[in-house]
Amino acid sequence: MILSETEAKSLLQKVLKYSKADECEVNLQGEKWSNIRYALNKVSTCGSKTYKVLAVQSAFGKKVGVATIDEFDDASLEKVVRRSEELAQLAPENPEYTGLLGPQQYLPPSGFINSTASLTSVDRAKAVGQSIQVARSQKQTVAGYLEDRVGYSAMMNSKGLFAYYPSAKVNFSATIRTDNGTGSGYATQGVTDFAKLNTASATQIALQKAVGSVGAQAIEPGKYTVILEPLAAAVLLEHLFRSLDARSADEGRSFLSKAGGKSKLGEQIVDERVTIYSDPTNEDLPSSPWSADGRAQEKISWIEKGVIKNLFYSRYWAQKKGVKPVPAPTNFMMAGGTASLEELIKSTQRGILVTKFWYIRSVDPQSLLVTGLTRDGTFYIENGKIKHPVKNFRFNESPVIMLNNLETLGKVERVVSSEGSFSNYLVPAMKIREFTFTSLSDAI
Amino acid sequence: MQATGLGAGSLMLSQIPVFGRQVPVEALLVPGLDISIKKRLADAALNAAKSKGASYADVRIGRYLNQFIITREDKVQNISNTESYGVGVRVIVNGCWGFAAVGEAKTEAELASVAEEAVAMAKANALLSDEPVQLAPQKGFGEVSWKTPIVKNAFEIPIKEKVDLLMAVNGAALSNGASFVNSQFFLVNEQKYFASTDGSYIDQDVHRLWPSFTVTAIDPKSGKFETRDALSAPMGMGYEYLQVNPADKITGITTRYNKGYDMLEDITLAAKQAKQKLSAKSVEAGKYDLVLDPSHTWLTIHESVGHPLELDRVLGYEANFAGTSFATLDKWKSKNFNYGSKEVNFFADKTQPGSLGAVGYDDEGVKTKRWDLVKDGILTNYMGIRDQVHILGENESQGCCYADSWGSVQFQRMANVSLAPGKEKLSVEEMIKDVKRGIYIIGDSSYSIDQQRYNFQFSGQLAYEIKDGQIAGMLKDVAYQSNTQEFWNSCVKICDESDYRLGGSFFDGKGQPIQSNAVTHGSSTARFNGVNVINTGRKI
Repeated sequence: MILSETEAKSLLQKVLKYSKADECEVNLQGEKWSNIRYALNKVSTCGSKTYKVLAVQSAFGKKVGVATIDEFDDASLEKVVRRSEELAQLAPENPEYTGLLGPQQYLPPSGFINSTASLTSVDRAKAVGQSIQVARSQKQTVAGYLEDRVGYSAMMNSKGLFAYYPSAKVNFSATIRTDNGTGSGYATQGVTDFAKLNTASATQIALQKAVGSVGAQAIEPGKYTVILEPLAAAVLLEHLFRSLDARSADEGRSFLSKAGGKSKLGEQIVDERVTIYSDPTNEDLPSSPWSADGRAQEKISWIEKGVIKNLFYSRYWAQKKGVKPVPAPTNFMMAGGTASLEELIKSTQRGILVTKFWYIRSVDPQSLLVTGLTRDGTFYIENGKIKHPVKNFRFNESPVIMLNNLETLGKVERVVSSEGSFSNYLVPAMKIREFTFTSLSDAI
Repeated sequence: MQATGLGAGSLMLSQIPVFGRQVPVEALLVPGLDISIKKRLADAALNAAKSKGASYADVRIGRYLNQFIITREDKVQNISNTESYGVGVRVIVNGCWGFAAVGEAKTEAELASVAEEAVAMAKANALLSDEPVQLAPQKGFGEVSWKTPIVKNAFEIPIKEKVDLLMAVNGAALSNGASFVNSQFFLVNEQKYFASTDGSYIDQDVHRLWPSFTVTAIDPKSGKFETRDALSAPMGMGYEYLQVNPADKITGITTRYNKGYDMLEDITLAAKQAKQKLSAKSVEAGKYDLVLDPSHTWLTIHESVGHPLELDRVLGYEANFAGTSFATLDKWKSKNFNYGSKEVNFFADKTQPGSLGAVGYDDEGVKTKRWDLVKDGILTNYMGIRDQVHILGENESQGCCYADSWGSVQFQRMANVSLAPGKEKLSVEEMIKDVKRGIYIIGDSSYSIDQQRYNFQFSGQLAYEIKDGQIAGMLKDVAYQSNTQEFWNSCVKICDESDYRLGGSFFDGKGQPIQSNAVTHGSSTARFNGVNVINTGRKI
């Protein structure tokens, strides 16, 4: 099912041999995606989906056509090449087509692990069973989700470029709700190696938060010092990560645009302790060393010591601006500090510990203002101690304002976004002053 | 919930993951597998499942076609035609569900093999379950079919005609003051064949389309920008939705549309309004009476009524992601839970013409229907599927089961949920005339709600201040926050049927892995008294 580098290369070479276009590029992707979902301490749905797909892009001058196929006999492979060529001949010229890249040097891939690739239905059921057992033993109710995705991507073009990346990843999450419905806690774990997944200990963390959040008291919304656990910080930061596009900034429609039609590239926009970067070779969060158009990924800083250092460019926009065509990255991480969560709490006179945010949506792209709510365990801190759980808040805050109000950075953890994308990040806990909560929610 | 980046509020079609392979346009008009072949394949899967011990099985043979045409200013960025074909088999073995799917399966042996994989999965999962699935009975319908009643198949309209319209639309935006414009068409055709061990063989041909745009106005001097999105709705219609028809226009401070959308007119107004927003007055926070247009209200209904009344959320099946619901069974059983004021009636309807959720049968072979959810303000019912409705004491499913592809397992999804129009004659103008201090909101924008659906925040594309019964000018930085029960109990008036219009989204997200559901919410303009409005303007 998973084609090796040699198998992928030979398939792609065969496809390219059919090409009669000026330029031809072929992308191949295959995956087996399996999941098991449970609620009320039992399995609710599960599934497995297997697919493989090949995309061929042909170009005559600046006329470009793309066709895709999921059948792999010789006749089908030739057909998909011919079809892309026909589409290219019919297409209007694309003034933004920049031609193909030649051979590139890529960093070594490190995202594939056998223990994950060989998972079975029984392994998944066992892992989920361990999570359910934690809840049952404490007479609580758990709902959770375990998925594993094992696949590969490869590309080759008529200018000699070849790339191959095999990957495997596992995401797990669990929510415990206390039986009286007055407490709720959440935990998540993202791993590359299934052997490192511990569903029981993750569920135990969810259990502690659920039990600890029973009896939440209402306190007035307003501006508070907050301690954000890494997951809570990450789901706010992902709105910043996604917005680091050069073209929008240059065109005047980004939080990075400024008066006079300029962008903030090179300017300090947040606290000088903030460094946000990408690195496909990071062993805690490996990712593809190349992007879908063949550009090489490298370790790169987006924000360094508070200054916007780099933005992503399409090859067209980079050419137009005469700059290096930095691709959008395949992972994101933020440098942390040394403080433990306990130390962050201990140093806080009065504040709120946020373990998770929920339903975060853009309110104003000009200021990157977003709104959302706390969820699954929010606690009041007084004189360096957790005093009691508090009712959930709605917030309206910008990650840019938040990173300007940075007090202390904690330790970095790998987290799985709880906001639908399930992207994994390396992000620290952080203490932020004057975080804006605007109303209270009755939700538990 | 509305999926991030895929929601109508932040519609950027170029970010939409394209499910399926790209094909030339002619391929979209080629009929799929002959129905007799589909029946034979389906029987192979059902028989294999039964012979391996399944007490129930269903099979969905799906062909999903999409067309995206994506433009900006004077350029066509992408024309993409995609086709995805595959088979999903769901079984109950030892009282537990199993599901497996595979692409491109076209032989009886492949169908039998995917059924066997589903059986193996159910057996593994059954070891963890101590309570067997209870499936509401469903009679087989034999061989039946259903098709969206479209007039013009949008896939049959030449690409050039669609591109020409988008180029004209973009031109109108730029010549009316827009700095940038993105416009797009998104067409969907789901060809779904369903068969089950109950004896149903259901062939359905479902069509949807969504024309939309975003115009951006920039003031380079100040570095400020504002946008205005289309006031179109995604519809369960053919290309006839793009036909300009004066009877489908609601005139006023800006033109709104019913079942015929004048894209050229809307973008011309949008370009001017986006510029106007740059210098609009920033709202003073406080309590206001809100007058909400159906192009806005659909999303508030979706989040604060549709989701909390999904039975799987109420029961706790979505606790790990989408959340649970404040509308618990005890509130329903009490028969006196005031969801809203007496003016408020919500109904679910999987048959509503023009709606996105309209189908003949759901994805587990249940015939669709209409039913009440909230009657005269009181909570009366939920939306459920076959393995849930016994909890409501029902022995017939409400037909709310849906899967977004052959490769996704079907589960409980929201029906079209709509606010019934007011019974007494009332126009928007008459409604506004009575408002002393209010805000009139048109179009959907930012949206967020908690996991039990109490606390929400929404904003719109256009907001106008109402002073002493008159529209006093445009406002910006407007968002309202409220609590679901408090909000719907503050509903004092609803315009009559002549103002009733549909809104909706292709991208209602729920489940793990997340699946998209296309759903419509109808309403007439409605008034809500004393709602908390905040100012969202910030400096960075």
